[in-house]
Amino acid sequence: MEKNVLQAISGVAIYPIISIAIFFLFFLGLAVYVLVVNRHHVKTMSQLPLNDDQNSDDQILKYHLNHDVIC
Amino acid sequence: MQAEPLAPASAPRPPLISSAAEQRVETFYYDNRIVRDFGIATVIWGIIGMLVGVLAAFQLARPELNMSTAYTTFGRIRPLHTNAVIFAFVGNGIFTGVYYSLQRLCKTRIYSDMLSKLHFWGWQLIIVSAVATLPLGFTTSKEYAELEWPIDIAITLVWVVFGWNMFGTIAKRRERHLYVGIWFYIATFLTVAVLHIVNSMEIPVGWLKSYSAYAGVQDALVQWWYGHNAVAFFLTTPYLGLMYYFLPKAAGRPVYSYRLSIIHFWSLIFIYIWAGPHHLLYTALPDWAQSLGVAFSVMLIAPSWGGMINGLLTLRGAWDKVREEPVLKFMVVAVTAYGMATFEGPMLSLKNVNAIAHFTDWIVAHVHVGALGWNGFLTFAMLYWLWPRLYRTELYSKKLATTHFWLGTLGILFYAIPMYWAGFTQGLMWKQFNNEGMLQYPNFLETVLQLVPMYYMRGIGGLLYVSGVFLLLYNLYKTAQAGSLLVNEKAQAPALMPAELVEAHQGGHWHRWLERRPFQLAVGATVAILIGGAVEMIPTFLVKSNVPTIASVKPYRPLELQGRDLYIREGCSNCHTQMVRPFRSETERYGEYSKAGEYVYDRPFLWGSKRTGPDLQRVGQKYPNSWHYNHMLDPTSMSPGSIMPPYPWLFEQDIDYRILPSKIKVLRNLGTPYPAGFDQVAVDDARQQARGIVAELKKEDIEVLSDKEIVALIAYLQRLGTDIKVKPEQATAAAQ
Repeated sequence: MEKNVLQAISGVAIYPIISIAIFFLFFLGLAVYVLVVNRHHVKTMSQLPLNDDQNSDDQILKYHLNHDVIC
Repeated sequence: MQAEPLAPASAPRPPLISSAAEQRVETFYYDNRIVRDFGIATVIWGIIGMLVGVLAAFQLARPELNMSTAYTTFGRIRPLHTNAVIFAFVGNGIFTGVYYSLQRLCKTRIYSDMLSKLHFWGWQLIIVSAVATLPLGFTTSKEYAELEWPIDIAITLVWVVFGWNMFGTIAKRRERHLYVGIWFYIATFLTVAVLHIVNSMEIPVGWLKSYSAYAGVQDALVQWWYGHNAVAFFLTTPYLGLMYYFLPKAAGRPVYSYRLSIIHFWSLIFIYIWAGPHHLLYTALPDWAQSLGVAFSVMLIAPSWGGMINGLLTLRGAWDKVREEPVLKFMVVAVTAYGMATFEGPMLSLKNVNAIAHFTDWIVAHVHVGALGWNGFLTFAMLYWLWPRLYRTELYSKKLATTHFWLGTLGILFYAIPMYWAGFTQGLMWKQFNNEGMLQYPNFLETVLQLVPMYYMRGIGGLLYVSGVFLLLYNLYKTAQAGSLLVNEKAQAPALMPAELVEAHQGGHWHRWLERRPFQLAVGATVAILIGGAVEMIPTFLVKSNVPTIASVKPYRPLELQGRDLYIREGCSNCHTQMVRPFRSETERYGEYSKAGEYVYDRPFLWGSKRTGPDLQRVGQKYPNSWHYNHMLDPTSMSPGSIMPPYPWLFEQDIDYRILPSKIKVLRNLGTPYPAGFDQVAVDDARQQARGIVAELKKEDIEVLSDKEIVALIAYLQRLGTDIKVKPEQATAAAQ
């Protein structure tokens, strides 16, 4: 590791500036998105874990699905 | 799944599918067996890991419990405990939850049953290798990365299998959109891979021994970048993913704010990476890196609490359910503990707070609030929810589960409160000066003995907690007995609509665009996590002024190197630190504060995290050889009342010189300035130094053979911290 040692990284100040710019712009964009995103879409997404149950309208089928044992 | 009506378009388009009935409905089966298997592994290893923890806890109160064997000393079993509860208990818990939820969120069976089996048995094999190697002293000493290099390779392979199975499942999905839980799983997979590979860079010197590719300050930074992000991406993000699935399921309502989950996901994974240096405050790590760590650690409150708020507020209006359901009780405490720990963590990252807390039991308390509260309780909640569904029957006893809940909660309290007390007590005692301006408690042991009653109580807390887990084991066993495992759970879902049809009318909002493209999401997440690591580590590695060299600091002599490896083998860094902080209370007690340049040849670094015993950075030449001889043979002979166990095997076992030449060669290749060909004469050099020590011991009326391990350890201890007292032949290379 010692072999690779530089005295200093010249013009290093640009890197933290780029970093903070990326950070700021990214989260600004994210904030904007979150405010304008379609309501219906958000509702659909939040329901995803609750939609695991089979989307069949057939009650009999539903019963069978919940009581099926297949090995 | 109702699609939105198509707007009139000039170009002809294929007719839009307007109702679910017209879409082709596919039948498939979820794999429940793999979930059940991982669940069983979670419970078994949880009990084992916690019992080892209870043993370790009581060893600090009653040193006899070290049981006079090398395999059962605190220094050797503490890493066994941490590895077992993190990788075996939480690890299997993660896989249990991921395999269940991922299949259902993707509406498809897990990609490959073969990969599932490989993953499962591969992971258990890794745990067994940990159990086999750690008590035998095969360890790297780097926390939560103690497993030696062959096991590191195995971990990489098994992790790839897991990722393959996970991404394969995502690719086969029938639900186009990726629920937030899946992003957490993806981020976990990618980041753990990066962390493991980078921190495990080590050069083997033997079948079960290696040296870190990094040295000193750099090793410390890489280790704690890894260590903190192991907390973030193994203990937090996968469990947040599980929370986002199992909490809505258990509560029967969707998460409070999906928008919040988007913000909190991205900010969490970006910010967490930078927090690593908060483990290294007031050490020889460069100041700028410390400050970055502090700033980002404080910022971390926001995304973490985003998760907590989302979890708790999902239950708004359903608190009456919490009274009835043990699953929800566990979840509420889990999420609350998460919130507490993620507030405490940033507080501990403030330098003034850290000055008191670092190296004390306060940190241990903090860890266990998170581990017992968040990880433990969420795991229990998930298992109590899962088992009845896997076995198609009611939970055997809700009452027993509720009893478990109360036992566990009491356990957490009996653990955390005594440890807070112990932490404050010891931290403040170390800093106390009397009216004459001298240390009030110059004898370190005095600060330890104050804590013993707290250690007893903490052990009882652990016992309470693990007794609850026995109840869980019984409850799940009886549930399984009463029911029958639904090995393959039938499910139906429409085939995935062609992407062109969906995109055409849903528009191109970029985040939804991203949600439909898991691979691009993966790339985005990887970039986010790499930025923090790169910014902190690259300058530390490359810029000379960050690690100033000290001309008088020389490499370890071969015998001292052997001694250092014994220090690592016995797990001494679990109780002793080697980092004197720049406080007057420390310089009075230990000597000159530690400089970065003193550690340039330390592979791995041994700064330590906890002072159950005193700091050893300046122990060199402080006591005569005979003191060390007697102390290792029986610590109470030199320190009456000491809780350190004796190490009699060091006086019986011979120094193993076989891999010494290989060690010297590897260190030379890594940059340690041994002369060319030194590996050929290293053994002779070691023997010569050993004879010198034996001769000195003889003057103090102690007879010992020069090839016994104790001689090597004494050589190492007597070298520690002495280099800076040597007059340099020339001026220091770079002032700091």
